[in-house]
Amino acid sequence: MKKVLAILLALVMVFSFAACGGDSNGGGTDDGGDAAAAELKVGFIFIGAKNDGGYTQAHFEAMNKMVENFGGKVEVAYVENVADTDKQAALNAGTNLMDQNCDVIIGCSYGFKDALAEMAEANPDKYFLHFSGEQKNDSNFTNFFGSIEQARYLSGMVAGRMTKTNQLGYVGAYPYTEVNMGINAFTLGAQAVNPDVQVKVVYINSWGDPELEKAAAEQLLTQGCDVIAQHCDSTAPQLAAQEVGAYAIGYNYDNPVAADAYLTAPVWHHEKYLIPTIQAIMDGTWDNSVYYGTMADGYVDLGNLSDLIPAEVKDEVNAAKEKIASGELVPFTGPITFSDGTVWLNEGETAVYDSVASWPASLPLVKGATGSDL
Amino acid sequence: MESFLAACIVAGTPLLFATVGEIITERAGCMNLGVEGMMLMGAVMGFVGALSTANPWIAVLCAVLAGTAGALIYAVLTVSLRANQVVTGLTLTIFGTGFASFVGQPMLGNMAPQEVIAFFAKTPIPGLSSIPVIGPIFFKQDVFVYFGYLVFILAAVYIYKTRMGLNLRAVGENTAAADASGININLYKYVHILVGGALCGLGGAYLSLVRVPIWQSDVVSGRGWIAVALVIFASWNPVKAFFGAVLFGGLSILGLRLQAMGFNVSQYLVDMIPYVATILIVIISTRKKSKESQPPGDLGNSYFREDR
Repeated sequence: MKKVLAILLALVMVFSFAACGGDSNGGGTDDGGDAAAAELKVGFIFIGAKNDGGYTQAHFEAMNKMVENFGGKVEVAYVENVADTDKQAALNAGTNLMDQNCDVIIGCSYGFKDALAEMAEANPDKYFLHFSGEQKNDSNFTNFFGSIEQARYLSGMVAGRMTKTNQLGYVGAYPYTEVNMGINAFTLGAQAVNPDVQVKVVYINSWGDPELEKAAAEQLLTQGCDVIAQHCDSTAPQLAAQEVGAYAIGYNYDNPVAADAYLTAPVWHHEKYLIPTIQAIMDGTWDNSVYYGTMADGYVDLGNLSDLIPAEVKDEVNAAKEKIASGELVPFTGPITFSDGTVWLNEGETAVYDSVASWPASLPLVKGATGSDL
Repeated sequence: MESFLAACIVAGTPLLFATVGEIITERAGCMNLGVEGMMLMGAVMGFVGALSTANPWIAVLCAVLAGTAGALIYAVLTVSLRANQVVTGLTLTIFGTGFASFVGQPMLGNMAPQEVIAFFAKTPIPGLSSIPVIGPIFFKQDVFVYFGYLVFILAAVYIYKTRMGLNLRAVGENTAAADASGININLYKYVHILVGGALCGLGGAYLSLVRVPIWQSDVVSGRGWIAVALVIFASWNPVKAFFGAVLFGGLSILGLRLQAMGFNVSQYLVDMIPYVATILIVIISTRKKSKESQPPGDLGNSYFREDR
């Protein structure tokens, strides 16, 4: 009898977990007000929670702006907390969205690419858009991203002006091209206004582990850095900076949690891509070209410049922003050497990318930035 | 260097609470692998308490109760119903993870109230903190860390120097003999499992209330499993657990420190050191056959009276 009860209780525990998992994995639909007239339904697969204050919230708010823009013509549905290392989880989320009659599926994390490619193959009448990937097919699957390095460059200018020790800290996720490109742009921006500046990089080998992110920022702060920038998901590095009276630069989304430290953040405006793309799909004029947004499009941008930044620095950064948008200023303009002394770009050369597929396979740090590449 | 050692203490504190909690549990012969789950339950409920009352004491109390509640599930299943300890513990980890995601979902990204953050800010102990070297490392911390010192010392005194501690060790070492000597086995097991769970809850609360007082679903990130390894590393001794926790905590940030100092090291390699060290300790302690570094004799076994 007791054994039966033990098994029963264990089962209750398992099922209550499943129930919890189900709920936290929950999604939602938003009919955008005027449900009757909807012409198109768009489904989003999010890696995180819609209120995470960062990466996924940027996508979620862009989704809402898109819905608002179309005023009832477009419905949306979404699934949160889909692990991007688990292809089956992404397939389940996508199938779930297609079962809710979504015509367009948007995957908002790199790891969804294989699942999207497979679903695109199997559902030729639907559209699949992938953020941050490099894959596409010939008909109904493509990817979108942007030159966030332009915003990183500007945030570097802010940091270069605000530092007193000439030591900037950078908490990076993994040592690979996307992260290093951001560090390089940040470093070059800082060097443009302050040639003596050094950038110290610590990689945490995780996209998000708040404790580790904070510890990494703390180690950089004790090594003399007084501005902390980041390419990782939580706001913990900003808290670490605030605790010791240093400055911090966020990422993804304008979220001044640590208001006494927060300077600005490179941010994404995904609605700049979503609105015209969904319009094109409804008009039947969509083609499967890759989108790579720029500051000129308003797709990548620098968030609000906080009041901690002096007015003349704001003016300088805003002037540079206009030059970047007009194409007059390119962040990666030679001569640039890597930290090991080899040449990346010669005098007069520039590196401009138009898709994730055009990135170099690996990219070392530029001179002035130091970090472990192992 | 001092700043790094002080950071090691901070990184080791959540591990210390969880490890001492698990040592107390395992000393009663119960292997509770639900540490990670109980830490998450403590972390999330502590944060709920902080958010809804802005009172640090109530927040900590909530964390303690949540950890205890997790441990109670385990205790009912393994002690009263004699379910398999390993399976129950693993289930508790899965349950705790789901529980924390579910309860924490609406408050993702929320920050703990300023009252709570201020209460847990670094508060140097007057006098002690001005001792050279030792002061800045040990006594310029937050109240949670000081409580951690108290916990491991009290646990060591309890286990080795009190009558009840002796009984506890007897229960874990040879449950049948302890039963025959008149010790209330189930009472001992229940109490120590619950106390262990409460300490795990505190370890989780340290992460969510003190370290990064913004709710994120993955706050514990596997530290519960490190604590399970630490119990073996510390050979079920709370004093060794303190040094082990500081060592493991230090190793978890050593790679970051070396990178910040400009050394080219792989974080992956540094992350392996604690586990390699644990394996080495296990090998050495079995080779030495030293009595005090062996696990409690009846660890992991359900006790059936008159069962041979």
